[in-house]
Amino acid sequence: MSTPEPFTVEQFYKFLSQGKLMAGKCVKCGKIHLPPRPLCDNCYSKLFEWMPVNGKGKLVTYTVINVAPAQFQALAPYAVGIVEFENGLRIPGMLQDVTQQDLRIGMELTLDFGTCSTSQQWPQWQRYCFKK
Amino acid sequence: MVNIEGTWRLKGKPLVSIISAGMSKFGKHEGLLGREIFGQAAYEAFSRCPKLEPKKDVKAMFIGHMGESYEHQGHMGATLADWIGLSGIAATRIEAACGSSGAALRTGIYAVLSGLSDIVIVGGVEKMTHRTTAEVTEYLAMAADYPFEQFHGITFPGLFAMMATAHMHTYGTTETQIAKIAVKNHHHGSLNPKAHMQKEVPLETVLGSKYVAWPLKLYDCSLITDGASCVILSKPEIAKKYTDQPVHIIGSGQATDAIGLYERKSVTSLQSTKLAAKTAFDMAQIIPDKVNLAELHDCFTIAELISYEDLGFCNVGEGGKLLDSGATSLGGRIPVNTSGGLKAKGHPVGATGTAQAYEMYLQLTDQAERRQVKDAQIGLTQNIGGSGATAAVHIYRRDQ
Repeated sequence: MSTPEPFTVEQFYKFLSQGKLMAGKCVKCGKIHLPPRPLCDNCYSKLFEWMPVNGKGKLVTYTVINVAPAQFQALAPYAVGIVEFENGLRIPGMLQDVTQQDLRIGMELTLDFGTCSTSQQWPQWQRYCFKK
Repeated sequence: MVNIEGTWRLKGKPLVSIISAGMSKFGKHEGLLGREIFGQAAYEAFSRCPKLEPKKDVKAMFIGHMGESYEHQGHMGATLADWIGLSGIAATRIEAACGSSGAALRTGIYAVLSGLSDIVIVGGVEKMTHRTTAEVTEYLAMAADYPFEQFHGITFPGLFAMMATAHMHTYGTTETQIAKIAVKNHHHGSLNPKAHMQKEVPLETVLGSKYVAWPLKLYDCSLITDGASCVILSKPEIAKKYTDQPVHIIGSGQATDAIGLYERKSVTSLQSTKLAAKTAFDMAQIIPDKVNLAELHDCFTIAELISYEDLGFCNVGEGGKLLDSGATSLGGRIPVNTSGGLKAKGHPVGATGTAQAYEMYLQLTDQAERRQVKDAQIGLTQNIGGSGATAAVHIYRRDQ
């Protein structure tokens, strides 16, 4: 049996750059962690397996950011939100190609892989975003 | 879910007593370093308590300080002990973002209750106004989750804005109700000579101000401020040796939640506040209805409204209604943020928790002048770190 990829945030982003949304599922109690964690926060096991997650989800809440940190100032104003996938799994991110008038809690959004490049030294992860 | 209940032998009795307190003016302190601003707070605390011999009596110091980035200065415990003439004592910086000095206060209580130190100073400081808004936004954001929040451009106002969006959607809370928190706290701040902003702000100004992160506007945000605060804690049994008017802390709770807002069960309430409050109320053996006044962490107006619900001052979803009733204004059933809160008094992040304790000290010793709450017996403070991954709740009682 081959060793699975490490259950790290770095690996989570690596999968995203390959077009895959992956969660870490605890082999012992079955709890699904998105993003993956070093130990299960339910049963404290550290045995996981990777599980693909469908990138279609619903908007839990959102905002439109006008005052941005220096690094993001060129993008402002931009919308961000928290999206819930199957099994109640949630991650936040930027919402692209939507106007503020379009935004509604509960609207369907799809994860879009790798739309932002990065030029910084650390971390060299690729940003994902959500689209309608 | 964790179980934070413990066996507690002091139920309903003082844990520690506040024998003195000090606070610098909050505002812009051009040309002063944080350590010099803290000197002003310490000077006031020492001056108020002439029977205290600092070098002889004070055994330890716990300092809330959020970040080295502002002044390029870490190691704030030793720095401040040195600059207020207490070099030699044990002094440690306590960091829990904007909840740093609420956590320092809790740590001071640990120290006194353990029996290791009979008298300690707890305080906090932050010097922020020499930095640009973009820099401050970036430094504050460091208290949010890095890999999924900061990394995706989510700011602090952005996190509280997402709570506001959800609260408005779920409970029908309005932008006007949220804005009224700012109007109320600016009114209170106009009565506090140490507040950063001491003027009334009309509702139209709040509602007409620019969006920072929709639905939160400029006037929904607390101020970027320089300031320092401290309180001196003693074992309750010896408090009267130092002052005729101690204030007793009878409940102390501190709790955490997931660092990322996205991982929390609710985006319309703070579980950390609820847990910390449960502990504090249980220690104090009182119910929320018994609280006469409170200083709540209004880093953004919505945070105060949500805290009404989390602390049990009203039912879930009815924070807007409680505000509209006038209950939380001066003269109401439970005035909230008589100091002006973070909104008007200002929010030098590391100093905020003990600045709340300073206001309670003034109120419960009848020294709050034009903003005095008459006959107040019980006060409560709630200090939040970040978007709510930390909360510290303390309950105070007038000396009887």
